[in-house]
Amino acid sequence: MKTFYWLVKREFWEHRGGFLWAPVITGGVFLLLNLMGIIAGEAMGHFDAHADFIGNNMGLFNHALNEGDITKVGLGLDVMMYSTTMIICIVLGFVVFFYFLGALYDDRRDRSLLFWKSLPLSDSATVLSKVAAGTLLAPLIAVICGVLTGIGMLLMYAITLSFHGVGVWHLLTYAHPFRVIANQIITIPLYALWALPCTGWLLLCSAWARSKPIRWALLLPVAVGMMLGWFNLLGARVMGNGWYWDMCGRILLSVFPGSWLGHNFQYAGSGSEQALDLLRVGNAYTVMATPGFWIGAIAGLALLAGAIWLRRWRDDT
Amino acid sequence: MSTVIAATGLTKRYKNATALDGASFRIESGRIVGLIGPNGAGKTTALKAILGLTDFQGELSVLGLDPRKQRGKLMEQVCFIADVAVLPRWIRVREAVDFVANTHPRFDRRKCEAFLARTRLTPGLRVKQMSKGMIVQLHLALVMAIDARLLVLDEPTLGLDILYRKQFYQNLLEDYFDEDKTIIVTTHQVEEVEHILTDLMFIRDGKIVLDADMDSVGERFAEVMVGADKAAAARALRPLDERQVFGKSIFLFDGADRAVLEGLGEVRRPSVSDLFVATMKGTYA
Repeated sequence: MKTFYWLVKREFWEHRGGFLWAPVITGGVFLLLNLMGIIAGEAMGHFDAHADFIGNNMGLFNHALNEGDITKVGLGLDVMMYSTTMIICIVLGFVVFFYFLGALYDDRRDRSLLFWKSLPLSDSATVLSKVAAGTLLAPLIAVICGVLTGIGMLLMYAITLSFHGVGVWHLLTYAHPFRVIANQIITIPLYALWALPCTGWLLLCSAWARSKPIRWALLLPVAVGMMLGWFNLLGARVMGNGWYWDMCGRILLSVFPGSWLGHNFQYAGSGSEQALDLLRVGNAYTVMATPGFWIGAIAGLALLAGAIWLRRWRDDT
Repeated sequence: MSTVIAATGLTKRYKNATALDGASFRIESGRIVGLIGPNGAGKTTALKAILGLTDFQGELSVLGLDPRKQRGKLMEQVCFIADVAVLPRWIRVREAVDFVANTHPRFDRRKCEAFLARTRLTPGLRVKQMSKGMIVQLHLALVMAIDARLLVLDEPTLGLDILYRKQFYQNLLEDYFDEDKTIIVTTHQVEEVEHILTDLMFIRDGKIVLDADMDSVGERFAEVMVGADKAAAARALRPLDERQVFGKSIFLFDGADRAVLEGLGEVRRPSVSDLFVATMKGTYA
């Protein structure tokens, strides 16, 4: 267990840029854009101008605060906190995707594999520590950054409004930052399981490729899909290939948080209640009731086993 | 004295080449063995087999363990340095020490820090900011603090200047090696390790062509400097090798009668590199 902790810590050291700085910088840029929006709005002298500025959530904020119902005000503020995490999570998706793609390849390329292999570390612990770093640690950091950004944003707006004599401080107490954090943290294990097929596939490609693992990861599924499509075109009707592209999506994109929401995501736009309902833990976890979720997870574990085996026997040449 | 490595019929074939061709050898504990061979002779493959980094045919036992199946356990007692450039470039001195200290059960942190204190390495320094010589100092500090029974060095001083090379072997001998430890080293800079080796192994085309301790190498092989008048007589004794220096011929003999050789000229112990060149004649032809 102690070894595992240090293995994960090592991943963090190596990928501090992606795991920590990418979310921090995204949050920072987001806040900066909002601040610029506020200043622009103030300079133009009328309140609505805030909403027109790109990247400015003032409109959302205004909307939330104008709700007559106190609970709805709270919900609206929560949605704002989610919205910052969502932006950071898109960045996280890219970070994790490329992290897995390089995780078992980069140290073979620069031969530092030989150093790691000179230590009494098992290959399964090494590979699993990378899985944990990518799908547990990285999202945890992203969630914390996301919520902090959200709180920062709310404070920024509250301060702006208080300059205009609108007292909103008491309204802010209707937001539920801890619930938002808890909700998101509880969703992380779901994310880790959901992402397994993608995790396994990317790590397998990473352990397999002698050069450019991304070629294997992307081109192979696309090429197979095109072959299937071609067979169908010839009228062979081997099988429909809709399911195939679904599977491809799962294998390549499930490291993007929230991708389990799938088509339901369109309902998120209809109001803060619907959006929150969709993100509620119980609801999110209903995806676990679908067979596809578990088939994917099992396939992901099989791919991981393959990655561990390759890690054991592939050397630096 | 116990056997550290026992290999029988070690064979490894790649797609279009044979790296090891039925190599058999034994290494006892408390020895410093030089595994010397030309490029592509199978040195690195042999070491990889010992370290459980590659699959192979034949039997191999390292410290009583099978490196293919019990690698995790084996690596608690085996260390290796595979040339200087294998430390991850992003790691800092502090992180490297912390990591090894917390994952290796036989690592002595104080020893490592004492060794680092004698270098110019600072805790915050990253490997990518270091010179090759500094990287090897860090690697050596990590390895020497591990109480391992077998240390494998694959071209450990490649690309280092002479100061670092000398210091490297001096540190190994003075601060690390004792009768419970065994060191296997491969290198092309034979002259530098010659005086520290206790055993010599030559490998050629995947086979062990010479396996002897240094004392018996001295007894078995002899180099004689012969004047032109006696050259024909020397050739009749079927030398391994002949070369010309300042109008005289130097002959290298394997197992020839000392008394006869004394009669031909001045008898010397051949250097390992001369012995190597003579043994490997025609390798690249």
